[in-house]
Amino acid sequence: MSQSKEQLSEQIKGIIENEPVSLFMKGTPQLVMCGNSDRVLRTLRAAGATVTTVDVLPDPQIRQELSALSGWPTIPQVFIGGELVGGADIVEELYANGELQAKLDATLGTEREASVRTAELGAAA
Amino acid sequence: MTVTDTLESLLRGFFPDASELAVEDRTGGGDHFQVIVASRRFEGLSLVEQHRLVYEALAEPLRDGSIHELRIKTRGMA
Repeated sequence: MSQSKEQLSEQIKGIIENEPVSLFMKGTPQLVMCGNSDRVLRTLRAAGATVTTVDVLPDPQIRQELSALSGWPTIPQVFIGGELVGGADIVEELYANGELQAKLDATLGTEREASVRTAELGAAA
Repeated sequence: MTVTDTLESLLRGFFPDASELAVEDRTGGGDHFQVIVASRRFEGLSLVEQHRLVYEALAEPLRDGSIHELRIKTRGMA
């Protein structure tokens, strides 16, 4: 069942705005389909982030609408507190200099545990 | 002209002041790239803003699919 571009865009926006940390990636945490998505996930876990992941692969429109919203052309994309943090290179660099942990502290608090859940886009929502 | 050359010339055109500029074909397959750029234009910008400039420079090859994966390293001149 397909849905309109507007609905999809609203759903994506909802995830970005409502989830403390969201990761749009290729594949799922159980089956990562791209090296950069894997790098980001590892880094977020190492930083103790509670992450909500969205797989962009099931429908090419997800990626289109996401990039239209964020103005960022590549996958993965990480958002913390509704704000685009960047892709794998930026997340790794911010982890190395401690800024990633500071952003996570500000959004999730310091008493946090690394965990990952998957959000589904589409039909049921 | 290889994709590597194309990316390098696009970056040179966009960052004429670059003190360091390199494009590496990471896998030899001509579609996974690492680019390194040092330019004054990055100074005072966040990493997101810095990478956005690189994406702007490489908009065409990003759009037409000739870049499958891009790693970016940016820095100011300081």
